[in-house]
Amino acid sequence: MRFPKAKPASPATRALQVVPPSGPTAWLTTFTAGAMTFLCVFALALSLASGRLADRWSDALAKTATIRLSAPVEQVQLQTDAILATLATTPGIASFRLIDDAETRALLEPWFGPGLPVEALPIPRLIEVVEAEPGYDSQGLRQRLAAEAPGAVLDDHTRWRRPLAEAAGRIRLLGVLSIALIGAAMAAMITLAARAALATNSQEIRVLRLVGAKDSYIARAFVRRFTLRTLGGALVGAAAGMAGVAALPAADAAGGFLTGLGFTGTAWLWPLALPPLAALVAFLATRRAAFQKLRELT
Amino acid sequence: MIAFENVAYSYGGGDLLSDVSLRLAPGSFHFLTGPSGAGKSTFLKLAYAELQPTNGRVTLFDRDVTSLSRDDVARTRRRIGIVHQDCKFLDHLTLAANMALPFTVSDRESDPQDMDDLLGWVGLDHLADAYPLQLSGGERQRAALARAVIVDPDVILADEPTGNVDWEMSLRILTLLVELNKMGKTILVATHDLNLIRQAKAQIQARVLRIAKHRVQLAGADL
Repeated sequence: MRFPKAKPASPATRALQVVPPSGPTAWLTTFTAGAMTFLCVFALALSLASGRLADRWSDALAKTATIRLSAPVEQVQLQTDAILATLATTPGIASFRLIDDAETRALLEPWFGPGLPVEALPIPRLIEVVEAEPGYDSQGLRQRLAAEAPGAVLDDHTRWRRPLAEAAGRIRLLGVLSIALIGAAMAAMITLAARAALATNSQEIRVLRLVGAKDSYIARAFVRRFTLRTLGGALVGAAAGMAGVAALPAADAAGGFLTGLGFTGTAWLWPLALPPLAALVAFLATRRAAFQKLRELT
Repeated sequence: MIAFENVAYSYGGGDLLSDVSLRLAPGSFHFLTGPSGAGKSTFLKLAYAELQPTNGRVTLFDRDVTSLSRDDVARTRRRIGIVHQDCKFLDHLTLAANMALPFTVSDRESDPQDMDDLLGWVGLDHLADAYPLQLSGGERQRAALARAVIVDPDVILADEPTGNVDWEMSLRILTLLVELNKMGKTILVATHDLNLIRQAKAQIQARVLRIAKHRVQLAGADL
């Protein structure tokens, strides 16, 4: 008898699966990765949509203000002229215009119907103000208006804009938090699955240690398997999630939040980053679990 | 090669081994005997660094086992062939793949012709593609022995290698161990089979150690 001579292993041999190819945790890992990535796509869509919404609301409302004039009939024109004169001499204002009766009627038509007798109703006069860069001093303008036209009220939309922007910002934060939580939950599930797989294969691990396998070799077999399973599941989950988002009603100019819940342009690339990210999470979680469990087992 | 100096091992508050001093010289053949539960398996586990002594010093190839990292232990075991009575295999791999495991785990592979020779040596060349669960007790023991020696180790430690086989198969396994010893391998066999020891002593010069009262002693003339 002669002892076999060793030579470097071929890639096929290196890929030899020293741990059983299937087990109770195999489907669990793939399913978890798929489901979590699917949810992640929606959390991402939510986050991006709320971000867009916050920007849109802020931009749309930040640049304009409205001056509302409520005064006795004989004072209306006088105070209107005073307001226009004040605005003309206020720095930081790009433009302003008096909203005429026809436009006022159009604004009120959705609530009161057509044929509204604007002239006969005590409807305040409206003056739209467009801010320049840098903007005007709203506090100073309020004081001047109070002096020149006591019936004028400057509404710079702050009270509308701030809560809307805050709400959108919080929804975006919740989206990011959801993604982080989903990632953490996925890491926890994969860690549990990896530890279960290691415990299930404790006998095989003992054999491998007895024949001289290093922890890194054994861990590599498990890490590779779990990473690939996670990547596979995450790819399916991401594809399903993107299909689900694509199937949502398209956003239009009058679209609300739900119709705007989707990806636009290059934002469609974001979900494609999720499967590699999930695989990275699986790699790190399994590697940590494997080394811990190996020290416990042998 | 493997040396025990005043080694003690305790478990659960009781001593399993105490004050054990022993040196396995290169090329020697030792039997370790004693009743069940005397500590034969514990002794072997100390000898391949599965356990660490609670007192004293075990050195493997001139290195104190307490100074070995887990990777060092793995590397050291590539120089020690280990055969167990229950000879565990990876049941999802073929016999040939199982035998090649010591190579596989070190990212190496063996020449197929050499593998065939080794399988032929243990009389399993016709079972290369069989799975462990398809093998009989004697076939498993011989396969375990082949796996233990595939990397040409310096030492072979066998724990009751004939415990589950009939006398004829025991003699066959003994013959393989004797052949290995004649090739220069250091052999330590733990067994309670005194007939096997007598049979071996008729063929080679083997020392017999007996574990009694937690200590390892040289056996008497009856062995």
